Amino acid sequence: MKRISHPNQLNEWKEEIISNLPSYRKTVVISSGTCGQASGSLQIIDAFEQELEKKDLKNDIGIKITACHGFCEMEPNVIIQPAGIFYKQLKPENVPEIVEKTILQDEIIPSLLYEDPATKQKIEIQTEIPFYRRQKRFLTDNNFKIDPTLIEDYIANDGYQALAKVLFDMTSEDVIDEVIASGLRGRGGAGFPSGRKWKFCRDVRADVKYIICNADEGDPGAYMDRSLLEGNPHSVIEGMIIGAYAIGATEGYIYCRMEYPMAVKNVSIALEQARKYGFLGESILGSEFNFRIHIFKGAGAFVSGEETSLMASIEGRRAFPQQRPPFPAESGLWGKPTNINNVETWANIPMIINKGAEWYSEIGTRTSTGTKIFSLVGKINNTGLVEIPMGMTLREIIFDVGGGIKDNKKFKAVQTGGPSGGCIPADMLDLPIDYDTLAKAGSIMGSGGMIVMDEDTCMVDVAKYFLNFTQEESCGKCVPCRIGTRQLKEMLTKITEGHGEEGDIEKLQDLADAIKSSALCGLGQTAPNPVLTTLKYFQEEYEAHIKEKSCPALVCKELIVYFIEPDKCVGCLLCKQSCPVDAISGERKQVHVIDQALCIKCGACFDVCPKKLMAVSKYTGKKKEKIIKQSSQKKN
Amino acid sequence: MENKIKQSGNRQNELVHILHEVQERFGYIPPERLAEIAKKLNISESEIYGVLTFYKAFSLEPGGEHTVTVCMGTACHVRGGQQITDEMERKLDIKVGQTSADGKFTLETVNCLGCCAIGPVVTVDGKYYSHATMKNIASILKEY
Repeated sequence: MKRISHPNQLNEWKEEIISNLPSYRKTVVISSGTCGQASGSLQIIDAFEQELEKKDLKNDIGIKITACHGFCEMEPNVIIQPAGIFYKQLKPENVPEIVEKTILQDEIIPSLLYEDPATKQKIEIQTEIPFYRRQKRFLTDNNFKIDPTLIEDYIANDGYQALAKVLFDMTSEDVIDEVIASGLRGRGGAGFPSGRKWKFCRDVRADVKYIICNADEGDPGAYMDRSLLEGNPHSVIEGMIIGAYAIGATEGYIYCRMEYPMAVKNVSIALEQARKYGFLGESILGSEFNFRIHIFKGAGAFVSGEETSLMASIEGRRAFPQQRPPFPAESGLWGKPTNINNVETWANIPMIINKGAEWYSEIGTRTSTGTKIFSLVGKINNTGLVEIPMGMTLREIIFDVGGGIKDNKKFKAVQTGGPSGGCIPADMLDLPIDYDTLAKAGSIMGSGGMIVMDEDTCMVDVAKYFLNFTQEESCGKCVPCRIGTRQLKEMLTKITEGHGEEGDIEKLQDLADAIKSSALCGLGQTAPNPVLTTLKYFQEEYEAHIKEKSCPALVCKELIVYFIEPDKCVGCLLCKQSCPVDAISGERKQVHVIDQALCIKCGACFDVCPKKLMAVSKYTGKKKEKIIKQSSQKKN
Repeated sequence: MENKIKQSGNRQNELVHILHEVQERFGYIPPERLAEIAKKLNISESEIYGVLTFYKAFSLEPGGEHTVTVCMGTACHVRGGQQITDEMERKLDIKVGQTSADGKFTLETVNCLGCCAIGPVVTVDGKYYSHATMKNIASILKEY
């Protein structure tokens, strides 16, 4: 295939690809993104290839290797098309049975099906699983259909059609108007209207303009951008080319964090293909528009996700943020007007052009249109990436899509927005999720991480975790962030270690407010949010740590003890053998005892004690003191 | 490396790329190479030092034979990631950032690998291990 130099050729190519598709009787679609591979998808692929070879079915049955299917908890999983049968958590030894029964005889294997934890019902078809059924997978649906290393798969699924439409049927003003009308807001966190941002940059006169795709998805617990880049990189690239045309940019960068090796690889392959077929470079699709994209691999600094820091990083400098204004739209990369959007924002663009702003703006709420991908993680049953229309309530997301809390524990809070966000408590579960409601609750949308926490999560510890994170990642340029986050972290550490004092809560509050109002960039200004929201919604937990020196969730090491219940212990030796410091004594079939003076509270005994016995308990507060006292008396 | 510098000309914007390549090739940035890079890029050594110490990807010291990385993302944290790090420190008898006495393992942490569903996650030389527990750490290390 040569370079595509006319929209008609694109359509011809698409027809050709579709007509040349092998007519497989069935196709096994294997999810093999980073999570899938970490769970063993490569062995599953091998097993299917060997089995089909062995049974001489290679011409009859296809294998399609895609990236993430979103249902990460069920990796490695496969979907057998055209019926759409979903098999989960596979092992290579399951493969011969699948080929023999399901592929050759249309027989379902119940043990490999997904079971709804609520109804205990086994579900055969992927689209009928509640996790998928309640989603609106407009952006992520192609992850089921596309082998991300094959541009042909993207073309067959209407790839680059939006680009052709834009280049030949629309002026750059039309494109910007369309994006403004769609109501699309930036998916990176702050939610600025994308069309307006483009317009600012377009209106600045300059010889060179840049656009950047921010793929430095640094928020811990968020990985939707990774999934899009791994699974459908051309959609992001197409979005960028359309944006460049609208803004008048000639060069673009994809800044991808180094912690995502597969994303870097798949994007690099996709860029190479896009260049080869004439979607990038000189005279794109035969038009007069030229545009290039480079990939830039990050070097491991959270602050690089902040737009001005990101540009400093591309320039080969330390990722220090800069005072705004001037905004990047006026003076960005190398002082030139620059437009930065996040991966998911770019991926929305081809869809908006193809289906129209009107269609798009009807999805979601009035002020937050479209769908948003969230990563639903933590103590939740259906861990994974979910794409839902804006405005769905937290309760629907967590309990209907997410299947509720793991091990039937009680829901305590959901953390959104990463280190810049906050914790939302149970009594706000009916909050419809959009940019504005989350901000009102003291959190932010962020890039879409949702970390679900249950009764076993200590909110003071969570605040400490995030402050530890931001303190380490603070670039050090401005004082409020460099010193303030450190002070916050030290105060929280003091509280979690049982040295909290009266007045600490007020001090935390004051300092958090001061940092929020005086830090230079987004990282510092939002760093106190985890503290402020946990103080607002979970103040009683802070008070328990400070006044009673107890950790109600039994997490903070210094405030708890591990104790072997004499009436439950059967003397199986498991805990004794797993103790790294030999703090447990007791012979076989005799009750074991922890020497509290030696115990380092690593939790190994708690983890290994068989679930049916539950002989190791954790205690805090007065009971803890009593156990320590008894332990030292016994010793003497 | 010589080649890479020649290709890139005297521009600071190539610095991060070059550092990535040197790090990949040698496993660290040999300090004696800084002067060379500085001269070729026409920037000061202190500028390079500033950049390379700013980013986690680069190190001025050689690491161990294998790099063990424990994910400390939020999802891994609420599932006990800290316990995994603590246990790794005990097992290898080093702190995070150090290399074991026999030179076999360097222990590192990472903010998030984006595999939150299968946490706690540990990687060794880029190979992912899901659902790490205090029990299965030993068997992971034994593979190396």
